[in-house]
Amino acid sequence: MPDSPPLVEFKDVTKRYGPGPLVLDRISLEARTGDFISLIGPSGCGKSTLLRLIAGLSPVTSGSLRLGGPGSGAVAPELGFVFQEPALLPWLTVAKNVELAQRLAGRTAAQRTAAREQALARVGMSEHASYYPRQLSGGQKMRVSIARALTLSPEILLLDEPFGALDEMTRGRLNEELLALRGQQAWTAFFVTHSVAEAVFLSNRIVIMSAHPGRLHTEVPVDLPYPRTAETRLTPVYYELVATVSRLLRSVERAA
Amino acid sequence: MSRRLLKFLLPVVVGVLALLLWYYLHFAIVADNRFLLPRPDEILAAFTEHRTELLQAAANTAKGALWGFGLAVAVSFALALGLSLSPLVRVSFYPYLMILQMTPVIVFAPILVLWVGAGLKSVVVITFLICFFPLVVNTTQGLISTDRTLLELFRLYRASRWRELRLLRVPSALPYFFAGLRIAATLAPIGALVGDYTAGNSGNDGGGLGFLTLIYSSQAKYSALFATAAITCALGFIFVAGVVSLSWLALHRWHDSYERSDL
Repeated sequence: MPDSPPLVEFKDVTKRYGPGPLVLDRISLEARTGDFISLIGPSGCGKSTLLRLIAGLSPVTSGSLRLGGPGSGAVAPELGFVFQEPALLPWLTVAKNVELAQRLAGRTAAQRTAAREQALARVGMSEHASYYPRQLSGGQKMRVSIARALTLSPEILLLDEPFGALDEMTRGRLNEELLALRGQQAWTAFFVTHSVAEAVFLSNRIVIMSAHPGRLHTEVPVDLPYPRTAETRLTPVYYELVATVSRLLRSVERAA
Repeated sequence: MSRRLLKFLLPVVVGVLALLLWYYLHFAIVADNRFLLPRPDEILAAFTEHRTELLQAAANTAKGALWGFGLAVAVSFALALGLSLSPLVRVSFYPYLMILQMTPVIVFAPILVLWVGAGLKSVVVITFLICFFPLVVNTTQGLISTDRTLLELFRLYRASRWRELRLLRVPSALPYFFAGLRIAATLAPIGALVGDYTAGNSGNDGGGLGFLTLIYSSQAKYSALFATAAITCALGFIFVAGVVSLSWLALHRWHDSYERSDL
């Protein structure tokens, strides 16, 4: 749909916090419905800040950032955010944690229960509904955190290095689960990561950023068909893309 | 020997040794002065002899301690909510709270009697003043120590300030609140006793443990004095046990301080 308006549109966006240095410099980027965009780059390139701008957690300094709904664009699209940490409330059970987003959005108890059960089933955590966060492993906590973000059926899902603290095996499994979830509930994703392999596996577009100040460096399209599975990681195309992105990333880091 | 048995036995052994030391010290004193350090059995006898007035006084002191403590909890919580609003509010009020804390309450006890009248009311006010500070400081600290990511989560979902307070800031302040509550619980009976000592006897309820302390020392009833101390001690234990139970009820399911090793 090349004619439909972009779902997220950055036009010459710059960002600085207070009188501090420039964090993002003239960012122009368009995301269309269905995109899975990974943001990758050295630390200090402002990739997390970019997510925070989309989420409305911080205002842009100059330029324009427009979020459009499907069609009209008058209604702001529903957002989901998955933080680096699971960000669960330790005094609430898994079930109550998953319901939190809906509770804050003022959904009725019946709506909450239905969405909560569906979300927990999707991430395979139904049996842990009555557990407290401290009883869960790191990977399980992240699943709950993702379930919470999905309960409001977001159009845009923002993920800020959600699997950075997990071991390689768990990370790989969660990557596959994340794509499976996207197959059931179409959302557009912005995914911040430090892992090239993860970016290639998940995205259809990889945006490489450079640091101090944060700029868009190169965009690499990922022409691997969805659905992707563990097998995808064994294909030559996948390997080549990982090599290409790694080389680009290294050149960006050297320049810094 | 298993570790568990040892954990149970060692405190008992220490207790028995302390008692033996006590008896030893008693008999080491010149016979004429032994009344200055009454033996545990003499203290027990004194307790039996004065039990009616001791228990009545303990009840009066407990009442004053409970009211003062409860009032301190309520007022300090409200004040902590205000102080947690902004750093400016805190810098404006903290110095004066410190001054209030540094002021020896006992100096004002005689004036308090004139302000609010002798008896229970004075005891409550003095207990309140003594318990108040650790509660305010801890609760405020808890309310401003909310995890930043969780605050962002609430902002992301456009939670109102009221919901943020009720669903996030207050629950995450609970461990701090209970830490303050524990300190205040140990202070409450002592505060009530001090209050009672200086301003307690209104002449119609027989006074509390502080008042008995005055009487027994003036009558040189040292065994009864030790019995009074023991009862105050027991009262403190009851207060702390109550708070510890409340804290367990509120926190054990989720807070790391109650982490069970078998999880």
